[in-house]
Amino acid sequence: MHPAFSVIGFTVASGAGYGLFILLVLAEVYGFADIDVPVALSAGLLALVLISGGLLSSTLHLANPKQAWRAFFRFKTSWLSREGVFALVFYPLALLYLIGVYVNDAQANGLVAFVGLSAVVIALATVFSTGMIYGCLKTIRQWNTALTPTNYIVLALATGSVLLVLILAFAGKDSKTMAGIAIALLALGAMTKAIYYFWIRTVIGPTINTATGFTQGKVRLLDTGHTAGTFLTREFSYQAQHSLLTQLRIVVFALGFVLPIALLAFMILAWSSGWVALVGVFAMFAGITAERWLFFAEARHVVNLYHGAQHT
Amino acid sequence: MKLGLVVDLDVCVGCHACAVSCKQWNTSGMSGALTDYNPYGEDPSGVWFNRVRSYEVGDYPQNKTINFPMSCMHCEQADCVDVCPTGASYKRVEDGIVLIDQDKCMGCNYCSWACPYGARELDRSTGTMKKCTLCLDRIYDERLEEVDRQPSCVITCPAHARHFGDFDDPDSNVSQLVRERGGYQLMPELGYSPTNRYLPPRVTRLIPTEDVSKKSLISSVKEWVNKMVER
Ligand code: SF4
Ligand code: SF4
Ligand code: SF4
Repeated sequence: MHPAFSVIGFTVASGAGYGLFILLVLAEVYGFADIDVPVALSAGLLALVLISGGLLSSTLHLANPKQAWRAFFRFKTSWLSREGVFALVFYPLALLYLIGVYVNDAQANGLVAFVGLSAVVIALATVFSTGMIYGCLKTIRQWNTALTPTNYIVLALATGSVLLVLILAFAGKDSKTMAGIAIALLALGAMTKAIYYFWIRTVIGPTINTATGFTQGKVRLLDTGHTAGTFLTREFSYQAQHSLLTQLRIVVFALGFVLPIALLAFMILAWSSGWVALVGVFAMFAGITAERWLFFAEARHVVNLYHGAQHT
Repeated sequence: MKLGLVVDLDVCVGCHACAVSCKQWNTSGMSGALTDYNPYGEDPSGVWFNRVRSYEVGDYPQNKTINFPMSCMHCEQADCVDVCPTGASYKRVEDGIVLIDQDKCMGCNYCSWACPYGARELDRSTGTMKKCTLCLDRIYDERLEEVDRQPSCVITCPAHARHFGDFDDPDSNVSQLVRERGGYQLMPELGYSPTNRYLPPRVTRLIPTEDVSKKSLISSVKEWVNKMVER
């Protein structure tokens, strides 16, 4: 699939935003981090900025955005519609929660906790829907797996937790517990990603033979029937160099997981500085952007079979 | 009703007439225009509802060229419709035709990702998705003669490789063809249950090759000279 930067930016940014908000609420309600009003508000606002920026960038790839309002009305069948509805429902809950925290002097109990936890559920539902937008497509075997929504949720939580560590560290709070959680989530993310990369190596699904119905002999493409590119070749034929894919996987693991984990461990053991966390955040976003780019670049749509691919 | 097409791979000659007539008819139809980009330039491209590709099946001398026209299969399990967030894509209950409401589509491309057969193409000039309408505006037009109430591609095909009809009716021309010639669906394992069927090439005798005479010295020299001489 052609890796469109608007969609890559959207999923990375909004995922991190939802993850950050989820961990903020959980940390506050269950008290596993020292969160006061400035920390809660800055984390909440950063989350909303990331989410909104992401959503705006996702509308950039629409060819006819003036009809985008209609996208909320096919909740029953379309994961894209579900994502939009959940994203919309999230805003009032999130704002109410932040107001409650502000008014209640960072005490998240009773109604505030209830609103916050509702926002957590909706945030999780949104990220799950984002994953299912890709996961439900039978046409792309690299996406049509439960690993897709799993990866989306785990990476959203992992990136969000590192952002919360960053905010805690800059606010001069104790960030050790949160850093520990972030390490665990990053490790989980690295694991699910490794399983995913291992899993997509096995070729399954349709071949050029089942696509054309000639299953008893070799089928070769003689002529695509078009002289220049078509919508189909632009959208689906993207194929990166194999060496580039391998290099980017190294980037994903080195920058996305290993370096942030090392920096977080350094923060726990030696020096809990916001600047260390900031380096970790930059490395992590570089790595996760590469991860998302690969997610698209490695996906092979079955229509490529009609353009001569023997399998996807 | 379950309306759709049968494509006969035995007789399709790969002339692209169906694709061209589809474009001509539909560019002024309900999903028109079928915009062309850079039509007179070096890399002409544009929107088509029907595309013809060619394959070689089998190895010499048991090989055969197969010309392969593909348009929307009007699938029974049309995921392209389910995934559409705006409701622009829909499948008609009465005859199973899958259509796109051009006034509702927001151009998100998602349906084209869900289509295994490459039947949907985004028109960059309108920002909307377009696809085969099964020539809805011909097959129901009572002002046309009855014989003309068929898709443009079907009427145009000079080899009679395309047939249109109701697959729900066991006595229709298309049902009979499928029964008699073993008409099959493409990529049935994905579960879209496409309505359109393809008729496999008939089994024919091999064209003998052993009697082709070996190269003589003279013909080899002639061949070499022909290659060397600049025209
Ligand atoms: S061929 Fe593609 S566009 Fe047509 S109904 Fe099937 S999935 Fe939808
Ligand atoms: S491109 Fe149009 S028809 Fe296709 S899914 Fe998006 S809104 Fe629906
Ligand atoms: S049925 Fe009509 S719209 Fe569909 S491919 Fe044939 S000519 Fe084109």
